[in-house]
Amino acid sequence: MAPLLEVRKIVKRFGPVEALRGTSLELFRGEVLALVGDNGAGKSTLIKVISGVYPADEGEMRLEGRPYRPATPKEARAQGIETIYQDLALADDLDVGANIFLGREPIRRLLGLPVIDEARIYQETRALLERIRTTVTDPRRTVRNLSGGQRQAVAFARALYWKSRVVIMDEPTAALAPMEAKNVIRYARNLAQEGVGVLYIGHNLVEVLEVADRVAVMHRGQVVFTAHAKATSQQELVYYMTGGGENPGEAKA
Amino acid sequence: MTVFQKSPLVTVSALTLILSLALAVVAPPFITLDNLQNLMLQVSIGALFAFGVLFPILLGGIDLAVGSVGALAGVSVALLMTNGVPIGISVLLVLALGAFLGAVHGWATFRLGIPPFVVTLAGLQIYRGAALLLSGGTTIAGLPEAFNRFAVASFLGIPSLFWVTLLSLGACGFLLSKTRTGRYFYAVGSNPEAARRAGVDVARITYLAYALSAFFASLGGVLLASRLAIGTPTAAMGYELSAIAAAVVGGASLFGGRGSVLGTFFGALLFAIIRNGTNLMGIDPFWSMVAEGFLIALVVYADSLGRRRYAGLR
Ligand SMILES: Nc1ncnc2c1ncn2[C@@H]1O[C@H](COP(=O)(O)OP(=O)(O)OP(=O)(O)O)[C@@H](O)[C@H]1O
Ligand SMILES: [Mg+2]
Repeated sequence: MAPLLEVRKIVKRFGPVEALRGTSLELFRGEVLALVGDNGAGKSTLIKVISGVYPADEGEMRLEGRPYRPATPKEARAQGIETIYQDLALADDLDVGANIFLGREPIRRLLGLPVIDEARIYQETRALLERIRTTVTDPRRTVRNLSGGQRQAVAFARALYWKSRVVIMDEPTAALAPMEAKNVIRYARNLAQEGVGVLYIGHNLVEVLEVADRVAVMHRGQVVFTAHAKATSQQELVYYMTGGGENPGEAKA
Repeated sequence: MTVFQKSPLVTVSALTLILSLALAVVAPPFITLDNLQNLMLQVSIGALFAFGVLFPILLGGIDLAVGSVGALAGVSVALLMTNGVPIGISVLLVLALGAFLGAVHGWATFRLGIPPFVVTLAGLQIYRGAALLLSGGTTIAGLPEAFNRFAVASFLGIPSLFWVTLLSLGACGFLLSKTRTGRYFYAVGSNPEAARRAGVDVARITYLAYALSAFFASLGGVLLASRLAIGTPTAAMGYELSAIAAAVVGGASLFGGRGSVLGTFFGALLFAIIRNGTNLMGIDPFWSMVAEGFLIALVVYADSLGRRRYAGLR
């Protein structure tokens, strides 16, 4: 099976700092691929390149076999790449429905003028919240009042609704209580079951081995190791994360 | 959408109502038709300035230049008309100039990264100076009769100035609560990065906010010239502060993301009623300034209390 998303030899520099030094990885339909690595390994930079925040200096990407080169986050989203950021990127003063539809509000005509179709936003949001079984049930609740896990749920609902092909999550459980972290794992598995390719950045190796089908390790701007979650261990991952396999290798994939 | 934080709107309208009832009792002339028409005139122009500054405030910005923009607009429209330019064209030119200056403010904050406080503080000085230079420091009289008549005319018993304010209220309310563009002011004010990642054109929204602010200031300045029947470079002095105060008392947060045009209208009305009431009761008008000051402090304190409660819930 051809990969859904293919990243080939991406280089990204910030002045003298080479954050990505020829990073390559493949993401398949219906899988959760976890990306782990020490602080500063380049994980966040890689997903920003994939989601159109930064252009790559070198290398190429392919989405379903076709060249993929997003110039803006908007372009990436239009091609079905949804990113759930570390800082969650929600507008606190807007309600749940408004956040899920932000930037893509459905429009109806009122006396010939284009206005936001609120009824549709709330109806679809309510259905969506039911589908992902979250504790947020009222689409009119202001996001400011939600807990960290509930905010995750909103971000997931957004990814799910927009029929994303690839969903990227940057440390989604970093600030969550254990119960809420369990829910996030469930959401990630749900998305994969629906055929989405999920790229999951995590620090907690126990959690990573639980959620992922495959794990890729980044070290100093390169993917140095890839393995099936069932075929590797925390010890092995730590070994590669700390520079054990200095030469990039596709050990077992 | 619940961008309309309902509680501040309830607070400010209830305050307005209570104050009106109290005045009707202690100063019965308050409810005469004459005085109500007077009140409408008093609130109209200030409310237009306040509608304008609401947009930058929603973004978490500010516009200190509106008073000076209003004066420049009044002087410019007077000069154009006294030099034979037809009324309609003069007014349109001045409104377009206002919107353009505002867009420049938005550009300077967004592209050059200068804080809006600084950009518009500079504007406050520059446009006041420009108005003084253009007019030679004196008032410009001899405006066309038809222009002067507009401000004293009324329709269905309601002064024409108040009609302009009501129409502006309706237009801004529609924009803010019904359209995508309107919603994006709240989104950018809440979290500009989230808005940008969601595909909102943050630059466009910023330019538009400052353009609308200066547009309404120009409209206010032109109407003020009509009402005074002169163009004067010292017009609308200090209006920026009353405008900001009206928006804030009406529920707008200076941190951005919250506020409504209806609340802003009630904020402006509340201040007009305080001034009108002290006047009717023969109290020294300086007291109304003191009362206004306390009101602003009280409302902002209540807002921060509310925020703390929110924070506690999380
Ligand atoms: N905007 C930037 N400007 C300059 N250097 C940057 C920038 N963003 C990242 N870097 C550098 O690039 C390298 C990779 O950073 P990145 O944020 O991708 O790491 P990470 O793997 O996500 O780390 P963490 O686990 O701490 O989130 C680091 O050395 C970092 O300092
Ligand atoms: Mg990171």
